[in-house]
Amino acid sequence: MIVLSKEKLPIQKEQDVVLFRNRIKELATKIGMSLVNQTKLITAASELVRNMLRYGGGGVTQLEIVSRNSMPGVRLIFTDKGPGISDITLAMKDGYSTGKSLGLGLPGAKRLVNEFDLKSEPGQGTTVTVIRWKNGL
Amino acid sequence: MERIPILKMGPFLLVTIQVDLYDRLALTLENDLINMVSKTEAKGVLIDISAVSIVDSFMGRILGNIASMSKIMDATTVVVGMQPAVAITLVELGLTLSGVYTALDVEQGMELLRDKIGHLEKDEEGLYDSFI
Repeated sequence: MIVLSKEKLPIQKEQDVVLFRNRIKELATKIGMSLVNQTKLITAASELVRNMLRYGGGGVTQLEIVSRNSMPGVRLIFTDKGPGISDITLAMKDGYSTGKSLGLGLPGAKRLVNEFDLKSEPGQGTTVTVIRWKNGL
Repeated sequence: MERIPILKMGPFLLVTIQVDLYDRLALTLENDLINMVSKTEAKGVLIDISAVSIVDSFMGRILGNIASMSKIMDATTVVVGMQPAVAITLVELGLTLSGVYTALDVEQGMELLRDKIGHLEKDEEGLYDSFI
């Protein structure tokens, strides 16, 4: 996989999220991603960035345009230094939430992207990486 | 503080969301709407989301909350104008917006609202009240 462009955006408050979503849209449009796939990617990003703010106390997002076998895609990496997730299997279950939400954030975001990777160390923080390919189903 | 305007139109309240919502703005809208329903004794709430490009689980929950809260205050909520890409994404996300009435556009949404309260406002001869 080749990284064609890379930038970082810190997320410390809710208003940062709007800028972040707009920037993803620009990148997705740049590689010619369809509107439906763009919407799925941004919705997934919205869920993950909310988790980062709510449970991780904010963090840094990395936005990349990547390419694999000449298929372009957008890769997003969310890193926080929060308390981490103690039981990832449980956190990935539909309907499970430690807050008062619907518990769709993590499993829902996973369904909306092509690749999803979650790494978390209790006490160290959480890193979530997602990729949506231009023509990925 | 930023706010989404709520317009009164006869027995209905009309909300057009023209900006991308962040969580606090959505919560403020929920709060403002419920207060307006009480203050104006509105019978219906119409929320136009045609300019909204993203509905995530939080926003979906807010829409559901507004519908349930309005309902226990005797007002019907209709959400209109959802973009096809948003509908596809919502279903894949796992959110069904159960309990929320929907219509394709503002015009059809208004008709649906008139229908809904029309049934309650029929007089003895089964005619609708004049304002409907």
